[in-house]
Amino acid sequence: MESKTGTWLEKKGLAQMLKGGVIMDVVNAEQAKIAEDAGACAVMALERVPADIRADGGVARMSDPDMILKIMDAVSIPVMAKCRIGHFVEAQILEAIGVDYIDESEVLTPADEEHHILKHNFNVPFVCGCRNIGEALRRIGEGAAMIRTKGEAGTGDVVEAVRHARTVIGAIRQLETMGDEELMTFAKNNGASYELVKEVKTLGRMPVVNFAAGGVATPADAALMMQLGVDGVFVGSGIFKSGDPARRATAIVKAVTHYQDASILADVSKNLGEAMVGRNTSQMPEGEKMAGRGW
Amino acid sequence: MKIGVLALQGDFAEHISMLKKLGVETTEVRLPEHLKNLDGLIIPGGESTTIGKLAVAYNLLEPLKQFGKDHAIWGTCAGAIFLSKDVSRDQPLLGLMDIKVQRNAFGRQVDSFETDLEIDELMKATGTEHAYHAVFIRAPLIESVSGNAKVLSALEDGRIVAAQEGHLLATSFHPELTSDTRFHEYFISLAS
Repeated sequence: MESKTGTWLEKKGLAQMLKGGVIMDVVNAEQAKIAEDAGACAVMALERVPADIRADGGVARMSDPDMILKIMDAVSIPVMAKCRIGHFVEAQILEAIGVDYIDESEVLTPADEEHHILKHNFNVPFVCGCRNIGEALRRIGEGAAMIRTKGEAGTGDVVEAVRHARTVIGAIRQLETMGDEELMTFAKNNGASYELVKEVKTLGRMPVVNFAAGGVATPADAALMMQLGVDGVFVGSGIFKSGDPARRATAIVKAVTHYQDASILADVSKNLGEAMVGRNTSQMPEGEKMAGRGW
Repeated sequence: MKIGVLALQGDFAEHISMLKKLGVETTEVRLPEHLKNLDGLIIPGGESTTIGKLAVAYNLLEPLKQFGKDHAIWGTCAGAIFLSKDVSRDQPLLGLMDIKVQRNAFGRQVDSFETDLEIDELMKATGTEHAYHAVFIRAPLIESVSGNAKVLSALEDGRIVAAQEGHLLATSFHPELTSDTRFHEYFISLAS
């Protein structure tokens, strides 16, 4: 029997292995080791965490492949890396060096203001951000095997992640109660494929794994997202921009596992030191927000 | 009959829905007290380092070792790693099965694959004749079995991908990601 690689089941399946876990942004091998030791289920390798990308301004691009390879050498857990929206050559490069997942991410400066990457063309799986169900299903239609809410990266303000998770999960609940004859109009109004809309109604959930991202900074934030119904959590700047990264990382991992146990959450929230300095998204000019990138 | 699924991290929900499909009562296990009144336990796929560290942090290692002495346990992928005695690196293990495991033995995600396996024991136990379609994701390999552990399935080139030691079962692949319930049925027969 011949073996098959790069199948939809394989791509979707790796994300299923990450469920109930925390994926942490790291900028070097040393941070990657700290993340792995804390119990991260994967790391996102990038040159600058979103908080620094915000502070620095300018164009944010794919990271140096050499830096990503060093992180891949340092840890045994899966390594993800980001490419710009629509920049399929950055994606080809990331696939060539063997990253386990590509994040086509709004945190970097978009390379195409109309189109995303046709992700079905790749053997490596992709994760993409979304603010609502239409955006999620468009990305899945293009081949994303995992979805995450966008939130507002690099702010430490969880409000946008909550808004996006509630919007997506609310739409799934709405779909579950709809009559079959209403689905085509739902597909039209949300700019999503009819087939995927039908699938969501049948499954009562996203057809792929759905993580939260963008503003998670504390164990309580992480457990909040889990209780809202996501499958796991990305933490970007929240860990390595805090006072005691190793301690905070371990606490967030525990909070995602025991998200329904308030006494454990209380215990892991103790003495974590300074959280990252947050930025209130409601006072942020629209032009500075990253979540609006993506179409 | 009640089967627990270790729910520290990974695809435990997929195992639970498989067990429900077979009409088996099931529960999520996150703390030692959740092992009470169980007839068997599944350790799901996920990241073995994450699962191991959480098991240590919540004092599950000893209770799981005790449970495995007289109850059925099945580990899929990360779960198989966790059940083993040796993975050639320093990480928390239950050491219940006499198997040596190599992590990420097939390479990175782009090397993950699906293939058909002829598993005599499984076909005999379930009275079926068709091959088993197995999904490997950043999969470990069972390098060797010793003591009372025996090989349950191997690839065409002889590399071991499933092993059994009495009521303990380890698979490199993920039956919970397919619609084929035969492996779960086989495990339930070990647990009863």
